[in-house]
Amino acid sequence: MPAKQNTAEPVVRLRAAGLHFGDRVLWEGLDLDVAPGEFLAVLGPNGSGKTTLLKVLLGLQQLSSGTVEVCGHPATRGSRLIGTIPQQKAFPGNTPLRARDLVALGIDGHRWGPRLFRRRLNERVDALLELVGATGYAERPVGVLSGGEQQRLRAAQALSDDPRLLLCDEPLLSLDLHHQRAVSALIHRQACDRGSAVVFVTHEINPILQYVDRVLYLAGGRFHVGTPAEVMTSETLSELYGSPIEVFRSNGRIVVVGMPDTVEHHHGAEAASHDALAGS
Amino acid sequence: MDLNDLLGTIFSFENYAELLPLVTNSLIAGAILGLVGGLVGMFVMMRDMAFAVHGIAELSFAGAALALLLGANVVWGSVAGALAAALVLGLMGASAKDRNSITGVLMPFGLGLGILFLALYEGRSANKFGLLTGQIVAVDSVQLGLLAGCAVVVVIGLAVIWRPLTFASVDPAVAAARGVPAGRLSVVFMLLLGLSVALSIQVVGALLVLSLLVTPAAAALRVTSRPTLTVVLSVAFAVLSVVGGILLALAGRLPISPYVTTISFLIYLACRLIGWRRTVAASRARRPKPVAGPAPVR
Repeated sequence: MPAKQNTAEPVVRLRAAGLHFGDRVLWEGLDLDVAPGEFLAVLGPNGSGKTTLLKVLLGLQQLSSGTVEVCGHPATRGSRLIGTIPQQKAFPGNTPLRARDLVALGIDGHRWGPRLFRRRLNERVDALLELVGATGYAERPVGVLSGGEQQRLRAAQALSDDPRLLLCDEPLLSLDLHHQRAVSALIHRQACDRGSAVVFVTHEINPILQYVDRVLYLAGGRFHVGTPAEVMTSETLSELYGSPIEVFRSNGRIVVVGMPDTVEHHHGAEAASHDALAGS
Repeated sequence: MDLNDLLGTIFSFENYAELLPLVTNSLIAGAILGLVGGLVGMFVMMRDMAFAVHGIAELSFAGAALALLLGANVVWGSVAGALAAALVLGLMGASAKDRNSITGVLMPFGLGLGILFLALYEGRSANKFGLLTGQIVAVDSVQLGLLAGCAVVVVIGLAVIWRPLTFASVDPAVAAARGVPAGRLSVVFMLLLGLSVALSIQVVGALLVLSLLVTPAAAALRVTSRPTLTVVLSVAFAVLSVVGGILLALAGRLPISPYVTTISFLIYLACRLIGWRRTVAASRARRPKPVAGPAPVR
């Protein structure tokens, strides 16, 4: 994929980026370009600053050091260039929204005042619902949808502005295999067909392995960037974690053995950064 | 008191035609409060803030009682108390957990203050009781103007922040990523809520504010999830409760609040029933029909 990275202006450009919470270092000296159409998976243990990296790109979290640019401009809150797919989280049963209303909020929910031009909005919502295959349950309340149905709506929300950068925060968590495939294929299609850069935070690379161009692995205050073949090796992961780790490949899947459950000195940082994207 | 007397006290329609014109102001006030309560209630439900509403109401009561004691305007007193409480909750209670504990601390303090002020007050005792349980007689044109003015502020304020506030209330993660300023919206909403609570106290009293700010919206959410329809129903239920309550309470000697709370409670029960029947019907429809097996061979 190097050709893809060199031809165009990068969508994401991090230079000497570092992030500390108090004296805890999440990561430091991170130089990273993500090119249009590139699919970057961000892996690492809990509390290694994966979600926080997304917050930095969204302008919700300031870097402790270094710079971050999205499409050539410093990251700012509410950028139209970015779409976000969050973790699946159930809506309460009495939420007064249907599937199509949730998608509509993704399109214009940040605007003030009453809604005008409803017809145009409805047409856009219909098109997005069709794009993600959610037309069949457009009129159903969000409170009764399954996790997989919900994540398709999330994809519709995120794709509404044809974003240059698509941020995904564990979007496949708690989905069944069928929906995992459908949602990750949707995300991949946006990268391929529309040239969006994808930054995909996950703790499990296998469901998306076939789409991933590069991996950013964060652990223990350090990181490693490279293709899955370069990063997902016993040597690299053992070095990152500072303890012996075995990586096996079987049937196109990657199996990692000996991973510590958490990295000790990051417990506090997790509390500060984990609560998805809302806790800003 | 036998049953007939009791019924006569609860439902009395003597001189109804002569009484009606006297309460025109109250009816208008009731309709305004229903509108405000039905609208604000939507967000009280979405943001899970019923307990906070109760807390704000008690501090609003304290403010009104102080105004009564000092001979100041009671409406302004309750507005001041409610806004103070709403601001504290808005600034300190970002998460639902914090908000609940702060409300639990503020509420008894507010009630205690209110009782203190009422104990010191030496005027008509009906005034005292009215603050807690509601009254209809007292709305003159000046107060009606004040109520309407505050209601206009709440309605316009809500219209401006409706969409982003809905977004931030039901879908905080994506709203934050989209740049919706959830913190500032929350404070603005708390102030509008405080204003609405202060208004509602003038009619249903501090103890029963929830029947206007929670029950109608909760009922509406039971029967539909279409955003526009929930709002319309919520407002309709609230207006029906207040105006209906005033009309029933008119000729009797009882305070208005039991009528209002009963109507809104019955509407809620009916909506639950409808919602429940729908759920049952839906799950029946989804259950696969028994497959006809091969006919038994004889």
